[in-house]
Amino acid sequence: MTETPLTRFWQGVRDELPILIGVIPFGAIYGLLAVSAGLAPAEAQGMSAIVFAGASQFVLVQMLQNAAPPFLLVLTVFIINLRHALYSAAVAPYLRGLSLRWKILLSYLLTDEAFVVGMAGYQRNGLTQAGHWYLLGAGLALWSSWQLSTAAGIFLGAQIPAAWGLDFTLPLTFIALAVPSIRARSTLAAALTASFVALLLHSLPYGLGTLLAILAGLAGGAIFLQDTPA
Amino acid sequence: MKNLWLIFLAGGALTFLTRFSFIYFLQNRRISPTQERLLRLLPVAALSAMIAPQLFYTAQGFNPLGVRVLAGLAATLTAWRTRSVLWTLAVGMAILWLSAAFTAFQW
Repeated sequence: MTETPLTRFWQGVRDELPILIGVIPFGAIYGLLAVSAGLAPAEAQGMSAIVFAGASQFVLVQMLQNAAPPFLLVLTVFIINLRHALYSAAVAPYLRGLSLRWKILLSYLLTDEAFVVGMAGYQRNGLTQAGHWYLLGAGLALWSSWQLSTAAGIFLGAQIPAAWGLDFTLPLTFIALAVPSIRARSTLAAALTASFVALLLHSLPYGLGTLLAILAGLAGGAIFLQDTPA
Repeated sequence: MKNLWLIFLAGGALTFLTRFSFIYFLQNRRISPTQERLLRLLPVAALSAMIAPQLFYTAQGFNPLGVRVLAGLAATLTAWRTRSVLWTLAVGMAILWLSAAFTAFQW
């Protein structure tokens, strides 16, 4: 098959589509929660465009409700998104020959979901002339659906009364994300330690307990570190 | 809130730099297996730290037997069996709403 930038790009878009089924409701729930938490529509949408990292956006919404100080918010977002360094290291060998502009663009688009599809593409096809267009297609498909589903959620959030208890969709979404990733003693220990410490330190001001609970979870999971799936 | 945008910009910049790190600055460095395993624990630790207090603490304080704990346990079981965000939401919200409807009915 002949490889052109355009065919590669559309392949990336097409291979990203099945993942979008899970991402679109998630983006809509984010938009909905952000406005229920008191963010202006522009702020809710702006966070999706600027931070552009699902789980950390949910956590940020939650912590804004607790009136946490800015440095703590930024630090928490940073720590939650540190895992992206893994993705960066994994795709780096394939992007080595690209211009700075491409590297910036593809880094901005390097989310969990774009990485999974893009990396599978590189592993299947190896390093080819237009391989980065595939990653761009996957990344942009994810980016546009995240922005649009955020907007849809913001619109819905403005219509739904608080009595429906939709704030509860936040912990439920977290559960849906966390539980499937518990597949080893290390992840189970991390989950249990973080939960326990979070309950224990709940009365600390500014959501400081959350940050300490995350670090405690890492320490708890580290006991069984050899058991972590690679 | 004006400094909300500054928080987004700072958080976004750090997230971008994390994604950019090995692609640009550390092109010839690798992550050690231990560092990789620790980073893989991060999402689960972060999510768990957020979940538990929202289930166990209500406006009235610590409540280990409340409907949110029950709904959270049912949602955990659903997530484990189905691995589906939508089913997990459906089961958790159904329990919350049924409990509210039941309480209102008794009253």
